[in-house]
Amino acid sequence: MTATGRYMGARVRRNEDARLLTGRALFVDDVHLDGMLHVAFLRSDYAHALLRSVDVAAARRRPGVVAAYTAADLGDYWRPGPLLVPPPPIRGLVFHARTQVPLARDRVRHVGEPIAMVVAESRYVAEDALEDIVVDAEPLPVVVDLEAALAPGAPLVHDDLGSNVAAHAVQRKGDYARARAAAHVVIARRFRYDRGAAAAIENRGIVAQWDPRAEELTLWDTTQAPIPIRNGLARLLGLLESQVRVIAPFVGGGFGPKIMMFYPEEVLLPWAALRLGRPLKWIEDRRENFSATTQERGQIHDAEIAVARDGRILGVRDVFLHDTGAYDPYGLTVPINSQCTLLGPYDVPNYASEFTAVFTNKTIVTPVRGAGRQHGVFVIERLLDFAAKQLGIDRAEIRRRNLLRPDQFPHNHEIIFQDSAPLVYDSGDYAPALERARELIGYDGFVQSEQARLRAAGRHVGLGLVCYVEGTGIGPYEGARVTVEPSGQVRVATGVGTQGQGHFTAFAQIVADVLDVEVDQVHVVTGDTREFHWGTGTFASRGAVVAGSACHAAAVRVREKVLELASGLLGAPPDRLELAGGRVRVRGSSDSAIPLGELALRANPLRGAVRPGTEPGLEATAYFGPDRGSTASGVHAMLVEVDPETAQVEIQRYVVVHDCGRVINPMIVEGQIQGGVAHGIGNAFYEQLVYDEAGQLLNASLMDYLLPTATDVPAVEMAHHETPSPLNPVGVKGVGEAGAIPTGAAFAQAVEDALSDHGVEITEIPLSPNRLFELIEAARSARAR
Amino acid sequence: MKPAPFAYHRPATLDEALALLAEHGGEAKPLAGGQSLIPAMNFRLARPAVLVDLNRVAELGYVRAGRDGLQIGAMTRQRAVERSDAVRSAAPLLAEAMPFIAHPQIRNRGTVGGSLAHADPAAELPAVMLALEARFRARGPQGERWIPAGEFFTGILETALGPDELLLEVVVPKSPARTGYAFAELARRRGDYALVGVAARVTLDRRGRCQAARITLFSVGDGPVLAAAAAAMLDGQEPSPEAMRAAADAAAQRDIDPPSDIHASAAYRRRLAAVLTRRALARAVERAAQASQ
Repeated sequence: MTATGRYMGARVRRNEDARLLTGRALFVDDVHLDGMLHVAFLRSDYAHALLRSVDVAAARRRPGVVAAYTAADLGDYWRPGPLLVPPPPIRGLVFHARTQVPLARDRVRHVGEPIAMVVAESRYVAEDALEDIVVDAEPLPVVVDLEAALAPGAPLVHDDLGSNVAAHAVQRKGDYARARAAAHVVIARRFRYDRGAAAAIENRGIVAQWDPRAEELTLWDTTQAPIPIRNGLARLLGLLESQVRVIAPFVGGGFGPKIMMFYPEEVLLPWAALRLGRPLKWIEDRRENFSATTQERGQIHDAEIAVARDGRILGVRDVFLHDTGAYDPYGLTVPINSQCTLLGPYDVPNYASEFTAVFTNKTIVTPVRGAGRQHGVFVIERLLDFAAKQLGIDRAEIRRRNLLRPDQFPHNHEIIFQDSAPLVYDSGDYAPALERARELIGYDGFVQSEQARLRAAGRHVGLGLVCYVEGTGIGPYEGARVTVEPSGQVRVATGVGTQGQGHFTAFAQIVADVLDVEVDQVHVVTGDTREFHWGTGTFASRGAVVAGSACHAAAVRVREKVLELASGLLGAPPDRLELAGGRVRVRGSSDSAIPLGELALRANPLRGAVRPGTEPGLEATAYFGPDRGSTASGVHAMLVEVDPETAQVEIQRYVVVHDCGRVINPMIVEGQIQGGVAHGIGNAFYEQLVYDEAGQLLNASLMDYLLPTATDVPAVEMAHHETPSPLNPVGVKGVGEAGAIPTGAAFAQAVEDALSDHGVEITEIPLSPNRLFELIEAARSARAR
Repeated sequence: MKPAPFAYHRPATLDEALALLAEHGGEAKPLAGGQSLIPAMNFRLARPAVLVDLNRVAELGYVRAGRDGLQIGAMTRQRAVERSDAVRSAAPLLAEAMPFIAHPQIRNRGTVGGSLAHADPAAELPAVMLALEARFRARGPQGERWIPAGEFFTGILETALGPDELLLEVVVPKSPARTGYAFAELARRRGDYALVGVAARVTLDRRGRCQAARITLFSVGDGPVLAAAAAAMLDGQEPSPEAMRAAADAAAQRDIDPPSDIHASAAYRRRLAAVLTRRALARAVERAAQASQ
């Protein structure tokens, strides 16, 4: 049965908002427990150093301090973290797993790496005590720059490896050399694409409590993956999985870094809570967040495109470097996303892509909303822009000519995606979305007359128009349990964590339609392992696709139980019954209907017998595991005005036409897009993690790390285009990352277009006004020469 | 991000506050709006042993149009100055600059005296006060004294105030007839510290020539910078676009020696200084011409 009904596609107000807006939603820092102690971490000031000794004796003596630990105190508990995402089976792949440790023992490899942990009566005292700790460290040469990291004689982040290569992967399709030989034009450029921190409004936080009577450990954690945290902690601590309860309550934004595991704090707080027999709290502060929470960062691409005279892509070749930071527990998800997403919505018959992931003395890189897809989209979109210019083809037209046609789906790109499955697009219809975006931004009028009119008036306005795809909704699986209670209300439990995506509403809409009840009668719980303990987590734009489909499957089974039970009571076969308004009746009959609640009561009798082979209650659990992800897509267009004198840029309009398959709730989808575009604009114009040659982050505060604010982000004009996914019963594709993916490419094209009379070529993101000034000046002196 | 331990005092009168500062000397730090000091303490970049909180000292919060000019008490909230009719009529340059100071939430707490005494080289108020030739009244154990704006700012986060001295009041003198003002700044985002900012005051003579120009730039040096060379080029000149451009270029090339940081190189700051000064001068001259009619 596919998902239909009155709530599918409706602008339903969010079930969770009453709690959130009135301040009643529980966040980790809202957890206050009797006798709770507070934790602070001493973190490395050095990007690379040998640790000779760490002396916490004075810290332990400070009044109010309960404990202070170093790596030596952890004994057998000290061990490197697990490899969270093993690399996909790519032939010839080189991969060196080097994972983070709970507390540095003999060497620190990035600023912010934890060295010691203090437990005290208050966070104030704990931080005072950090100053009592004496660290004897010998600074080592530091690896910061990607290319310098690979130069002969470079300092080594992991000296047992002999080089700073973390991974090397080659993926090929067709024969690029032959494509190149047949090309009318070959365009080659070097691209730099840098990304920043996720900068969620809520930093990470953990509360750990050991209850000796229940023999149960409870962890409130801002994680995106509560179930894997529970399972892993049970293993580490020698407890039964059922003795560990992980609760990811309301979380103020995830965006990827909150799925990294294990963060050292996630390993250390439960251990210390068990040892001390008192609950512990650690709330990451913003300064810690900049060095202790994972980030995305830079790639350098040397790419070329071979095109025919009519602009058709014959092939693409790309060789790139990827900064993975000091450790690589998240495997190759980010660079493989770059590699795969570069192909975009286009028919690229020949592709040769090779990357080297590089260890550096910087914070660990793991996915951040978009997760490397930005980098790939930037490269292909810029290459198409340059090709269009050289061939004298309109930039929208060169894209149109290369889009995959609807009859080419499912489309196999013949390379391997991050989920280890072949990169196959399930469905799509790209040309209408491009056309719609052109209309909405007023492309033809702008290009044909408006731009020249503005230029004559001394104004430099430019347009950007780019396409992208996003592989979403990958496996392995999620599950859900749906229960009709005797009150007639419906309870849904699923394992994914939630960080603001509207799960409490979107999942409720799916279930409400199947059971035909009011959406506010469906109560969703997520992220509490006591409620549901099978699943993986929230990542890869997969919540609606995978958990949503599991909710649907469970609701369908409950519906069957409802009809079967009612069938006996009403004396009519299930297919003659109808379920409407929370009641079951014989179709066309005016006899009284039975409310769902009454059926739930009858399904769980206090006397009599539940027939063999049946189950009590109106409850079902179901799972959904897609073979591969569904491919969302879209087109972004923007208008910018640039002041060439000051290099200031103002975004005038922003248009998104996107296709995430069936839309469950347009309001939630639009919120995701608007937020994603804000992230994308931050990436394109404001945010950059600036490291100096010593590996120190120079802008580790929200005063200097510039997040775009409400006044910097335009209201995005949106249109939905629906190409249902055939891979799941709801027909959905993910949308969580879409807004953030092509923004840099659109921004670069728009700014370059605005400055076309200055001859500026943009091959890098982010572009600060300062950098844009340099590019304008360089172009000026190049022209003067 | 918790501050190091400190003792906290909250005097109710100016005399008590001064006594506390005298008692603790260099160990103590006056707390005004706290918009710079508290973050610095939370980062443990500032570690005063004693905080003397001035927020209960009611006698320091006022805006008055006095005989000598506009008087602003040191503890006056920036938001109050922004909304003051007296400020708008007596010191329109100051009124024009106020909305550029951070965000409304910060201006609700931040004080005029706090910002001046903090002396951040990227802050708006020091440059405005320097452009307006304001005078600062301070009191310490040795009694009261007046400090001209030109002598008040002595370096990055440094002023002429002694550790036991408090800034009490700023007086903005009345401006001559036929005077126009303009304030301009560019920041990465609305409310950020400026990459470069400029405050300009131009007085025309009866024939419409420049009688006196006073231009200050900020975020380009150790403190607010008086662009003397630029002003001198305008003296007695017809304020033509060419003359203003030349003066603006002089401000950027000769009057300032801007720093490079992660947000702007020195070269970019010079460019912004030239463009902003040119634009500010044009607006100030236009307003001065209007005021002359």
